[in-house]
Amino acid sequence: MQKRVVFRSWWLPYLLVLPQIAVTLVFFIWPAYQALETSFYIEDAFGFSRNFVGLDNFRALFNDPGYLRSFWTTLVFGVSVTFLSMSIALALAVCANRVIRSATTYRTFLIWPYAVAPALAGVIWFFMMNPSLGIIAYWLESFFGYDWNHYVNGREALIMVIIAAAWKQISYNFLFFLAGMQSIPKSMIEAAAIDGASPTRRFWTIVFPLLSPTTFFLLVVNLVYAFFDTFAIIHATTSGGPADATSILVYRVYSTGFVGQDYGSSAAQSVILMGIVIVMTVIQFRYVERRVNY
Amino acid sequence: MVENRPFLKILTHAVLILGVLFLCFPVWMALVASTHPGDALVRSPIPMWFGDQAVENYTTLLSGGVAEAGGVPVLRMMWNSLLMALGITFGKIAVSLLAAYAIVYFRFPFRMGFFWLIFITLMLPIEVRILPTYDIVTNLGMLNSYWGLTVPLIASATATFLFRQFFLTIPDELVEAARIDRAGPIRFFFDILLPLSRTNIAALFIILFIFGWNQYLWPFIITTDVDLYTVVMGIQRMVNVGEGLPIWHLTMGTAILALIPPVVVVLAMQRLFVKGLVESEK
Repeated sequence: MQKRVVFRSWWLPYLLVLPQIAVTLVFFIWPAYQALETSFYIEDAFGFSRNFVGLDNFRALFNDPGYLRSFWTTLVFGVSVTFLSMSIALALAVCANRVIRSATTYRTFLIWPYAVAPALAGVIWFFMMNPSLGIIAYWLESFFGYDWNHYVNGREALIMVIIAAAWKQISYNFLFFLAGMQSIPKSMIEAAAIDGASPTRRFWTIVFPLLSPTTFFLLVVNLVYAFFDTFAIIHATTSGGPADATSILVYRVYSTGFVGQDYGSSAAQSVILMGIVIVMTVIQFRYVERRVNY
Repeated sequence: MVENRPFLKILTHAVLILGVLFLCFPVWMALVASTHPGDALVRSPIPMWFGDQAVENYTTLLSGGVAEAGGVPVLRMMWNSLLMALGITFGKIAVSLLAAYAIVYFRFPFRMGFFWLIFITLMLPIEVRILPTYDIVTNLGMLNSYWGLTVPLIASATATFLFRQFFLTIPDELVEAARIDRAGPIRFFFDILLPLSRTNIAALFIILFIFGWNQYLWPFIITTDVDLYTVVMGIQRMVNVGEGLPIWHLTMGTAILALIPPVVVVLAMQRLFVKGLVESEK
């Protein structure tokens, strides 16, 4: 936790942590406190007066079918993005771990989407799936006779943002799975092979269990990504629509506050989201540190 | 590999090639679209091979911008993005280096309190507390400024943890030797700790640069002045007007321009990038 040998000074350490602490207090702790406070008030539209209403904002949220649907949408979105990107990445990592000669080339081609901004991933997929000119919409139409239109069909809009969000995240998961697999001792795999275990069996009985710390870590990171970092994808493409079908919780905090100007409700939503992040961070640190393993 | 199975080998390569295609195809389409005139992209099927308008399109974008979307030259937006990304990156690295140094190498009251305070920032993504943060930045008069774009984002728990983790692996004997030679804490920091942290700083630099360049919501909210638009955020306006107008070729051109710098950084410094990514998250 700390060095045995340290420097002595009564003022220098404070000076050193000052910038970090100042930024944290001003831009993190204070806004969080403000959100907490505002969530107990109802403000009139011009900000002239506000009334203490206790938990009314929260009660209103949980009685609002729209908000409850956002919860469900977020869950569907988060789980789909996580599952899609992690399973594709795992398959790619297993394969990349097998090839020897062209491994670096493949890796180069597989990792660059990490650098693409979520907003750009959203915009590009939006273009490809555009009902009137998108190449994928065109293929769906000509090969399957399926009429794709995410402007009117909420489910299709959700599928589009899920694909865009998962596409961007594959590289990240791939790198972690690959690193996890490379730390598994080769001798173990070879011993199993000598005993006659097939590649599939070796994967499920040796590689996959030994990867569980990585998998668990990625599970949390991907859920956090899908819940919070995907705001840009939604905002740049569907704007939460059609008819709220892609309005995930972070998007709703923004739209209630900046578009709807309902500060009390937006603050209450912020508080709920903070609660969710805190729970997820605690899970990550408690269990990931302890290493899920067999 | 362990055994020789030709079928498995083919399957392995097939999966990898499919994966590469899936990841590259969208950007390929964007690249192709950006080389066609606008009216080639109004009905399907759209072309899958390059057109002849690449030079015209990119010149329009870089110098003039898209008139329908505010007319900010993309070069201007990229410059803003670069300033923001570098500001965030250097800010985060400097601030976390100092904080980690204090927490590891000094013993002082409230040390753990500060540590937890920094830790909490992990839990409060900007998207979650956007409205009150916006209020504070407004009150500080930092709207529409480079300060407003960077400073609120430079606190970083991840970077602090990474440096703390690294400092803990540096042998105590170095501090002892420094103290025997009568080097003070500041001298030790600059002459010994900083040079030793070079690789870590470089690796972190890549990750943070990408993080900074790709910011979306924050610049979107605090800049109303078009001269401060960043490219990742500016593209959203083109998409909105693009619903009615045939400007997909320009939108896709902007997307390509916006993704080039971070992608080049990742590819050029692949080894460092992988190290930075895997280590900063653990």
